[in-house]
Amino acid sequence: MSSFTNIVKKELRELLTKSTILPIVFMALLFGSMGSMFGGVEEAITSKPVIGLVDQDSGVLSDIAADILMNASTMVYDGTDVQEGLETVTNEGGSALLVLPSNFTDDIMSGKPGTITVYWIMRGAGLMDTIPSTSVDNLLSVLSANLSAYLIETGTSLDASLVLSPTTRTQTTIFQGKEMSGISPSDLSAVLSSQSIMIPLVIVMIIIMAGGTVVSSMAMEKENKTLETLLTLPVSRTSIIAGKLVASAIVGLLMAAIYMVGFSYYMNSVTGSSNIDLKAYGLGLGALDYVLIGLSLFMSLLAALALCMVIGTFAANYKSAQTLTMPVTILALVPMFITMSKDFDTLPLLGQAVMFAIPFAHPMMAVRSLTFDDYGLVLAGIAYSALFAIVMIAIAVWIFKTDRLLTGRIGKKAGRSILKGGLIGLLVSRHRKT
Amino acid sequence: MLLRGLGAAFVVALAAVRNLQYVDSDSSALICCRRDLMLGNGQALSAGSYAVVVDKLFKSYGKFEALRGISFTVKQGEVFGLIGPNGAGKTTTLRIISTLLQITSGTVTVVGTDIGKHAERARKILSYLPEDAGAYKNLTGREYLQFIANFFEDWHDVGEMVARGVSIADLGERIDDKVETYSKGMARRLLVARALISNPKLAILDELTSGLDVINAREIRKIVKDTAATGTTVLLSSHNMLEVELMCDRIALINDGRIVETGTPSELKSRYSSSNIEEVFTKVVK
Repeated sequence: MSSFTNIVKKELRELLTKSTILPIVFMALLFGSMGSMFGGVEEAITSKPVIGLVDQDSGVLSDIAADILMNASTMVYDGTDVQEGLETVTNEGGSALLVLPSNFTDDIMSGKPGTITVYWIMRGAGLMDTIPSTSVDNLLSVLSANLSAYLIETGTSLDASLVLSPTTRTQTTIFQGKEMSGISPSDLSAVLSSQSIMIPLVIVMIIIMAGGTVVSSMAMEKENKTLETLLTLPVSRTSIIAGKLVASAIVGLLMAAIYMVGFSYYMNSVTGSSNIDLKAYGLGLGALDYVLIGLSLFMSLLAALALCMVIGTFAANYKSAQTLTMPVTILALVPMFITMSKDFDTLPLLGQAVMFAIPFAHPMMAVRSLTFDDYGLVLAGIAYSALFAIVMIAIAVWIFKTDRLLTGRIGKKAGRSILKGGLIGLLVSRHRKT
Repeated sequence: MLLRGLGAAFVVALAAVRNLQYVDSDSSALICCRRDLMLGNGQALSAGSYAVVVDKLFKSYGKFEALRGISFTVKQGEVFGLIGPNGAGKTTTLRIISTLLQITSGTVTVVGTDIGKHAERARKILSYLPEDAGAYKNLTGREYLQFIANFFEDWHDVGEMVARGVSIADLGERIDDKVETYSKGMARRLLVARALISNPKLAILDELTSGLDVINAREIRKIVKDTAATGTTVLLSSHNMLEVELMCDRIALINDGRIVETGTPSELKSRYSSSNIEEVFTKVVK
């Protein structure tokens, strides 16, 4: 064996350990499941939009419009009653009800743009949730172009600008039981996203900073050989854990705050202020809502740090601490991206289960939920995060009280019971001879 | 407690060394030896007169049995040496007595406290110095001693403890330098000071002078002997047979998880017709 091969072999043996491979496998699985979750995007974009049509006009242009809509969409309602149409479209999973008023053809023929009233049935405020409305937007463009073509073919004497743009639109968005006139799902989604983007970012920052600090702190105690001394001092295990959690939380919050100051300036410079005032639609956040967001944030952080503390007990040194922090970071990034692209309600069941199971996801979802007075999910999230934190702290205290912290050994029975508790960190374990 | 310790880390008060004296109920026991201890057999054995009573101690790591029913006692004020080849179970024994590892079966009593049941209570009266211990590198020597002393503030004067630690470490002005700048000898002196700062009833010292030069090793041995003279019981392990012979009142030889010999150095030498403990060790282990 050449010296070069010898070195390569030694390096590979050092680098390809269980603690480096398992987090990567975990991440691959995570991305795989995310892929299947978002797999429907292309289908959603290319498939025909599901709509309803209320045609109150019997003119030639409304007939053309109806034909086009019939061909280019999946029509679940074709009638004359708006209320009935809305109910049908909502129940059939449609995204919009288009209303052609009785004077549609007459208006255009008399030189005024024909008004199409659009009732948007919005199911979620994430970026992906607005895909159906984009399809309907495209449909309306096609409709307008076809009416222009008809007008040109018939040699109309109408004004050219009207011929090229024969329709106008009034719109009302219906979301979470509230009717908001004058705004489209895209407008609403943009406002809600800009409103709720900061919390997911803050959470991710804190998890990366504070979580990493907790894991590293445990690793450094081992690497610097100070852990054994600490454990024989007259201080309770709970105090050691609490002390490390609080110190890491302070450091994490401080570092995250510094990052966020810079980031908020960046955000203000790249995003313009919105003209939509949500309070006008009764969608503002009250004092109680802010208390709940704070509580959700606190519980989520506690859960994250406690999870990192448990993971930290398996970090043999600083290098393995870095690797072990990675899955936690990914766990924080996943709900951030999901929150931005889809609402909890519009996720498939597996996605909902994943989102609910990640304790960091709850404060990310809280702002939007509370904007629409959905207290159930927020309260359940707070309760779950608190329970998660309690279980993690109990596991950390248990590990500290046993000699597993020093020997790295987890009994089969104990390991099974911990895994049943949903502890991902324990997927990574190390075995050190004593 | 940890937070309090951290919060007070930069406040150092100098005070006179308080020299706590512990009552040695059986000082004549220093020269007494028992070759075979029959503990747990109904024979009345007052745990109060012993600093350490280890009775039929077993320790397993999975299927591997590190300790196979060891029993020994250490009298109060005694310097007791645990010697044996690598992997014999010395460190495991010391770690169990230090409350770091759990007992598989058997009992360990430290100054009347059953450590299996009351580990936290035992930590107030014992001190453990691991072989390869380290100190927090970002602290100065004095800050490190202050950090340790803060854990004992409920029953000791922190200022006095720090002053005692500074005196034991004897690092001069370097006590106010960062630990990361210390040589191995200086770091070990600081750690020995840390281990003795609370005037513990039992000091457990694993490979006390491992890796140190002769001068440093001699000085550290003297520090420990002086501390033992004030009533602190010392339980140590070492591969240095000269050190063991010089320091220990009694010695236990451990091999393959079992205590195979116990006695004073002179008794053991006479029993094995050897001129020093190294020869005894070789004969017993082989």
